[in-house]
Amino acid sequence: MRPFCQLVRREILLAWRDGAAIGVALGFYLIVVTLVPLGVGPDLKLLARIAPGILWIGLLLAALLSLPRMFETDLEDGSLDILASGSLPLEAVAAAKSAAHWVSSAIPLAALSPLAALLLNLDAEAYPVLLASVGVGTPAISFIGSVGAALTLRARRAGVLVALLMLPLFVPTLLFGIEAVTAGSIAAPEFWPAFLILCAISLATLVLGPVAAGAAIRLQLQE
Amino acid sequence: MDLGAHAAFVWAAYAVVAGALALLGLWLFFDGRRQQRLLNALEARGVRRRSQGESR
Amino acid sequence: MRIFAQHPANPTAFMALSERVLPWCLALACASIGVGLYLSFAAPPDYQQGHTAKIMFVHVPSAWLSMFIYALIAGSSFGLLVFRHPLADVSAKAAAPIGAVFTLLALVTGSLWGKPMWGAFWVWDPRLTSVLILFFLYLGLIALRSSIEEEGLAAKLTAVLSLVGIVILPVIKFSVNWNSLHQPASVMRLSAPAIHPSLLTPLLVMAFGMTTLFIAFQLLAMRNEILRRRIKVLRSLAVQDGGPLQPLPG
Repeated sequence: MRPFCQLVRREILLAWRDGAAIGVALGFYLIVVTLVPLGVGPDLKLLARIAPGILWIGLLLAALLSLPRMFETDLEDGSLDILASGSLPLEAVAAAKSAAHWVSSAIPLAALSPLAALLLNLDAEAYPVLLASVGVGTPAISFIGSVGAALTLRARRAGVLVALLMLPLFVPTLLFGIEAVTAGSIAAPEFWPAFLILCAISLATLVLGPVAAGAAIRLQLQE
Repeated sequence: MDLGAHAAFVWAAYAVVAGALALLGLWLFFDGRRQQRLLNALEARGVRRRSQGESR
Repeated sequence: MRIFAQHPANPTAFMALSERVLPWCLALACASIGVGLYLSFAAPPDYQQGHTAKIMFVHVPSAWLSMFIYALIAGSSFGLLVFRHPLADVSAKAAAPIGAVFTLLALVTGSLWGKPMWGAFWVWDPRLTSVLILFFLYLGLIALRSSIEEEGLAAKLTAVLSLVGIVILPVIKFSVNWNSLHQPASVMRLSAPAIHPSLLTPLLVMAFGMTTLFIAFQLLAMRNEILRRRIKVLRSLAVQDGGPLQPLPG
């Protein structure tokens, strides 16, 4: 357990030191959210209706920005080989990096989402629901995203490729996350089923993601 | 033959399917011919795979 | 799938076997599609949709094939990663573009069916939406393979991706269905228990014909891929033997 926690802590520290990356992701999130009213017009009622969708999509895109770096720097300086030959199985390494990505990238984005929601005139009752759904759904982004990052490690056009590969896989999280916010904002009974399914998906990705990412890294390192 | 009010859509659908499958088939066929030609050219120059025995 | 069980794992044996099987397969496909087309156009009009329902006879088989081919790719990927079957990657690589074509056909025929029925070329109907996502999954497979230089690594990574995809696919279908914001105006009764036999028979015949055609295409594509790999090996042998690499015809 201790090597795992140490790895998580190392990854978080590395990410925090490279503060610019998180700043870029946050800025990107705000820009996306700003562009939408510019594009669809300032009708507040319309914006309130589409706000859950925009908030989730913006968060997804911003989180995608930081995914490729998950394994890249370690591959370049050789630490990935060291990690592979260490005591932790590669699946645990992938899980640790995904957890660190969640803490260092997804959580700040989630924390920013109420501010973005303000820009989009989200209903007041929806804010707690927004935070809950984003908090529960973002682990799925980190853990599934790790699979994309591992698969595209040495590929050409890795950044865009990760987006193309991962976006279909994010659709369930996206749909249920948006549904949870939409239903929660009007206190509709559909909130709980959507929210619980969102939890279930995230929990499943905690297992599926590292298994697939670990397999992919193992294959990459064999070359 | 009268296919009702929306006949154009029905014909269009069948035409698209026929066209796409025909194109796919033709592409596969001509690609196969091209690969075979390349292979024959290489073998004519005396290059052999190990499983076929040495050429020199 | 049964064909694969009988295929010897050896590519050379596959080439010999497929050379014999391919013409028959193609002939069977053309014959059954011919019969299917006749039955389709002879079929009576649907009581709700009139003759427009005939689009179903090409749309539904395309959709079925788009899913069946993805399952084939996932199965081949499993065969590659777990059993290291020599033909597994050839099969997966050959099937991806063909699967993408059938998926695109399902989307196009679906929207041509949707325009007269629902009034719009594209609707975010759960079925159309999940087929669109399936299309992106195919594109992802093709894109990933083409962006990795080393062939063996590309094969295995693409295999991992396709297996991840097939695990997520039911979840995607479920989530899109569950969350459909748009109910189609007319209920397509395909999932209802009884399609009238006069409509069911053309559908099944066309499905059989198109599936047989896919098998023919798949065999052909696999043969091309095996040839391509042989050429690659020969070319590298030619370089090793020390001769200058002369340009090849065509």
